[in-house]
Amino acid sequence: MQANPASHPDTRGRGQASPGETYNYRVIRQFSIMTVVWGIVGMLVGVICAAQMTWPELNFGPWFHFGRLRPLHTNAVIFAFGGCALFATSYYVVQRTSQVRLISDALASFTFWGWQLVIVAAAVTLPLGITSGKEYAELEWPIDILITLVWVAYAVVFFGTLAKRKIKHIYVANWFYGAFILAVALLHIVNSLAVPVSMWKSYSVYAGAVDAMVQWWYGHNAVGFFLTAAFLGMMYYFVPKQAGRPVFSYRLSVVHFWALVFTYMWAGPHHLHYTALPDWTQSLGMVFSLILLAPSWGGMINGIMTLSGAWHKLRSDPILKFLITALSFYGMSTFEGPMMSIKTVNALSHYTDWTIGHVHSGALGWVAMISIGSIYYLIPRLFGRDSMWSVRLIDTHFWLSTIGVVLYIAAMWIAGVTQGLMWRQTNPDGTLAYAFIESIKATYPYYIVRVTGGALYLLGMLLMAYNVARTVMAGRAEDAAIPAVAPAHA
Amino acid sequence: MEDFSSGFWGIYIAAIVVISLAGLLYLLRSQSVVKLPKGQKADVTGHKWDDDLEEYNNPLPRWWMWLFYLTIFFAIGYLVLYPGLVVWKGSNNWTAAGQFKQERDKKDAEIKPLYDKFMQQDVVAVSKSTEAREIGQRLFMTYCIQCHGSDAHGAKGFPNLTDDDWLYGGSPEKIVETISNGRGGQMPAFGAQFGEEGVKDVANHVLKIAGKKFDAERATRGEANFKTVCAACHGPDGKGNQAIGAPNLTDKTWLYGGSETTIIETITNGRKNYMPAWKEFLGDAKVHLLAGYVYGLSHQEGEAAKAK
Repeated sequence: MQANPASHPDTRGRGQASPGETYNYRVIRQFSIMTVVWGIVGMLVGVICAAQMTWPELNFGPWFHFGRLRPLHTNAVIFAFGGCALFATSYYVVQRTSQVRLISDALASFTFWGWQLVIVAAAVTLPLGITSGKEYAELEWPIDILITLVWVAYAVVFFGTLAKRKIKHIYVANWFYGAFILAVALLHIVNSLAVPVSMWKSYSVYAGAVDAMVQWWYGHNAVGFFLTAAFLGMMYYFVPKQAGRPVFSYRLSVVHFWALVFTYMWAGPHHLHYTALPDWTQSLGMVFSLILLAPSWGGMINGIMTLSGAWHKLRSDPILKFLITALSFYGMSTFEGPMMSIKTVNALSHYTDWTIGHVHSGALGWVAMISIGSIYYLIPRLFGRDSMWSVRLIDTHFWLSTIGVVLYIAAMWIAGVTQGLMWRQTNPDGTLAYAFIESIKATYPYYIVRVTGGALYLLGMLLMAYNVARTVMAGRAEDAAIPAVAPAHA
Repeated sequence: MEDFSSGFWGIYIAAIVVISLAGLLYLLRSQSVVKLPKGQKADVTGHKWDDDLEEYNNPLPRWWMWLFYLTIFFAIGYLVLYPGLVVWKGSNNWTAAGQFKQERDKKDAEIKPLYDKFMQQDVVAVSKSTEAREIGQRLFMTYCIQCHGSDAHGAKGFPNLTDDDWLYGGSPEKIVETISNGRGGQMPAFGAQFGEEGVKDVANHVLKIAGKKFDAERATRGEANFKTVCAACHGPDGKGNQAIGAPNLTDKTWLYGGSETTIIETITNGRKNYMPAWKEFLGDAKVHLLAGYVYGLSHQEGEAAKAK
């Protein structure tokens, strides 16, 4: 991984970049490749789960039962696939916008191997039935401690690098990554507090409605900071870079950043409407969820408007298609979210497949698409190539993903609304018009559509893996040199 | 019930909410004063990162700004009307529990005449009324099929309700009692007391009185234990005791299965079974209709049989 000295002839600028100093691309390469690997694993498990919902015969033994594979799917796509994409891009962005190498190669390497260990531990313990039972926080206490260690190292690397930056102003993408790292540390530690009773069993320190509230404060902010703020950081770097246009509005980024990180913290109770949670808590969760609409859309506007003057590029550039479609899905699901948090809407949508559809328009449409676009941007640059091995294949991937998401979410919308309407329908004698099993029968066809949509999305990921493998084989691991800081930049 | 032991927390929460909403309004107001003169394009801020990353300093889009204001004003209005500030219960006095009670009471009042009509009939009469059976079946489809199945044939550990065999009795009164108060069936484990061989012997005696294939030598050896231990609940002849829910072992009906292996398992480890009580949740009228439906499942004659 030696730098190519020829690529930076001038090191006499104002900056202190020593001759031959390069960015640490090694850890970014590692995380980027694993993003693709874990993406395939996580989505494969997702397709299996969707198939099990459709054909229950596919539940094999206790280990491969839906109840154990489902948390494996969510952990794999959120923390393995999404997490690796965030590590990769945040390390790339913080170095390039600060114009310094990561503060510690050893610590960065620790975050990579530590995070992989967490993922492997999850993949082993969850099928074994070892779980704390908290959604999106199922991993037991020894793994929770490892996550904490890796996360502290991540924070040190990220903020340490930012602290020694050569560029005075902190680029907007880094605000979002920074908020994500701080908030996830807080969320993970508070929600995972538990009393261990054995090596693989612990009990939450909270009880009853308080436990539920803490869990969904965590759960919704995992969405807000892990799956939203962090990926907005990604968006703020890769969209203007790929479009070759300045960000639409600095002012908008300031307002929506602060409003977003502040307001998300309040939204958790909307997961617990019409439960034992006190009414006042539910009301606050609802109104602040509605207030979240504008701050969320601020990010979408800033991303999409960045393209003004460069719309024609969408025709020919499939990476840009991924990024902009991701923003469209982001806008759609952040409109849907506040609507679903309204109690009267929630009374219909809660516990139905509508929720699953909503989550996947965010997960497949926003999180995965923005990550895929960014990884396609990164791979050639990390392996000394001008572009991916096949741009056409990226385009095919784009269409497979788009059709896959649309099938998935449309099926779940119909299924969810059908279930919600059937469940509340009563006869004149006050009895329910439909037994629960009848709502399952009614949604069965849409479960098949969901499997199809998910399989198409997975197929796209396999094309990506092939394209990435060909690009890597044709290229050579290469670390870019750190350019000298020009006076005008500071 | 109050959520807090001290009134301080209500003030604390209300203050945080008010300050938060005011803070959001201030943030928005302070950043929306800048406007671009018509026709003029925004400039870049002058900062530059990573070679070519720049930012325009466009003002906030107006429609977006108004959307933001709108949601904040909605929040304020909502918190005036509904509970949210803890110290202020909301001007229209709404509670989730109140809404539930109101909707339930309204529905209950609507359907009361219908249920009253059937309450005046006894369970047998209810079981013969087509209308009552339809309501009973709908209730059954909602509350009972999870264990007893949509055809009421039960499953392993869950009794079949369509046959003539009853653990606690199949009279209308007993069925009402079972649904109202639930049942808790328990058979103790005798594995330790009888020993492995002893259990097999007793099992063969059970097979014998059940009229199944059995090992005569073992059955004879097992008889003593059966007569002194098992008979306490199942009776000396194994015909069971409905007063305590002890099954009749001499018929063809088996709750957990009548193979030698399963009987050995039952004697060794015991069994524990539970039917929940529905009286409080459903009320007497719905229990009455359910009892009629269940009674009718095994007494299909007359009108009910014809309707089927």
